[in-house]
Amino acid sequence: MTAAIEFDQVSVVFPARERGGAPWRAIAHTSLSVEVGEFVSVVGPTGCGKSTLLNLAAGLLAPSAGTVRVFGQPLIGINRRAGYMFQTDALLPWRTALDNVTFGLELRGVPRTEANERGRYWLAKVGLAHAAERYPHQLSGGMKKRVAMAQTLIVEPDILLMDEPFSALDVQTRQLMENELLALWQAERRSVLFITHDLEEAIALSDRVVVLSAGPDTHPIGEFPIDLARPRDVAEIRLTPEFLGIHERIWAVLRDEVLKGYVQTTT
Amino acid sequence: MSKRPPKLWPWQVALALFVFAAWWGLTATHILSPFFFGEPLVVLQRIVQWFASGSIWPHLGVTLLETLLAFVLGTVLGVAIGLWLALAPVASALADPYIKAANAMPRVILAPIFSVWFGLGIASKVALGVTLVFFIVFFNVYQGIREVSPVILANARMLGANRRQLLRHIYLPSATAWVFSSLHTSVGMAFVGAVVGEYLGSAKGVGYLILQAEGTFDINSVFAGILVLTAFALLLDALVTLTERRLLKWRPPTIAETL
Ligand SMILES: Nc1ncnc2c1ncn2[C@@H]1O[C@H](COP(=O)(O)OP(=O)(O)OP(=O)(O)O)[C@@H](O)[C@H]1O
Ligand SMILES: [Mg+2]
Repeated sequence: MTAAIEFDQVSVVFPARERGGAPWRAIAHTSLSVEVGEFVSVVGPTGCGKSTLLNLAAGLLAPSAGTVRVFGQPLIGINRRAGYMFQTDALLPWRTALDNVTFGLELRGVPRTEANERGRYWLAKVGLAHAAERYPHQLSGGMKKRVAMAQTLIVEPDILLMDEPFSALDVQTRQLMENELLALWQAERRSVLFITHDLEEAIALSDRVVVLSAGPDTHPIGEFPIDLARPRDVAEIRLTPEFLGIHERIWAVLRDEVLKGYVQTTT
Repeated sequence: MSKRPPKLWPWQVALALFVFAAWWGLTATHILSPFFFGEPLVVLQRIVQWFASGSIWPHLGVTLLETLLAFVLGTVLGVAIGLWLALAPVASALADPYIKAANAMPRVILAPIFSVWFGLGIASKVALGVTLVFFIVFFNVYQGIREVSPVILANARMLGANRRQLLRHIYLPSATAWVFSSLHTSVGMAFVGAVVGEYLGSAKGVGYLILQAEGTFDINSVFAGILVLTAFALLLDALVTLTERRLLKWRPPTIAETL
């Protein structure tokens, strides 16, 4: 079966930031795939290249070497099958929450009334029905994230690329959104590449957790299948002994890298 | 929300009255020569007379028409060329030194040339105003396009926007915000272009009125003309503020506005 996303010996080198400096080898010889319908999480120390990996999958960045394939086809230009939820704020400041959510539909020429109807449905789904007419600067950080999630999901992409989507949310909202995402993913068999710095979140959501090494020359140093039963409740599953066992095994690998990554960003 | 801002306007009116009274006192007692500094009561009388007889309207009409045309033409040109150069790096690199030179040049100097080219009518004043307005709008649009957040652009592209849709949904709204932030200055500049143009040679307009009065040492009419111009400049500025409020309601209020 062809994978939804396949990184084949991919490397990324960023040009030197100042003159005379050495180029930054962000990602080196990375091979990784997300099967159709699979939920894969990537964890790794800060600055190791997680967002860079997603940009590759989105087609926003071309690899310096190697190939990215989407459903078997080499990716050239933007990945039309993917929806991308960015790590930083990406809402259009001159559009209301509703108009932001319906933006993708408008680009596809969906009639206004239908787009608004679907937009309101999605806003309600992320708990923001009351904030439809607000502009981004009138929303809190967590509310903006939820609008961004509705904006990405409304166009029903086959592949979901999510870059720390829930890190700005409080614990309760976060668990609601995580369960919502799981329900959606299970119903529609989307393929998800999910980035987080929260190992517990990664385990609770995923079929597979990939640990990246600290940069430079970031590459996967461990892949852990998560064979916890589905459907899961993200809050309850954290208390099971299986969960704790997996957490311990992955953390043993991740801990050293986090320390290395920390030393690197501070020196 | 509990603390209401203190009412300032009575004080502002009082300040105006005080300045006017001081002016009157100093000239009436001949501490300042009325020949050079005018007489406030005569100035007021002159203004009332202009409006009562209606003789001011054709002049004001011409000045405002020139302002409007200069503003609209300058803005349209500024937006079009700003968009084009910001999105075409090669053309922009090529044009860069010339744009810098044209902007650095004191463009009021062009007024005599425009008079020769376009005659003493409206066209030469509009041309002068356009050169003043164009650069303000142009630089703001250029800046606005350059500063569009790359994440917002990437987001729009991921959601399926093609080049034309990026222009319509991302670049244009972003540029509009910058154009509006410069609107006060550019409307003011259009006005300056019109009045200075008239002052340097014309047969109509408030600038022409002032020039005439100056020629006959009628300092009171000069002051009256200046006051009328100032009043209309304020009026134009208020109109801009009103439009801005309507069109830019998506923008967070600046710190000054929330105080
Ligand atoms: N355009 C670029 N030019 C040069 N260096 C870059 C560029 N983009 C990213 N980098 C560098 O590549 C490395 C990886 O960046 P990336 O944003 O992918 O990290 P990350 O794993 O997402 O970090 P975080 O968890 O903090 O979001 C960093 O060291 C960063 O400084
Ligand atoms: Mg990142």
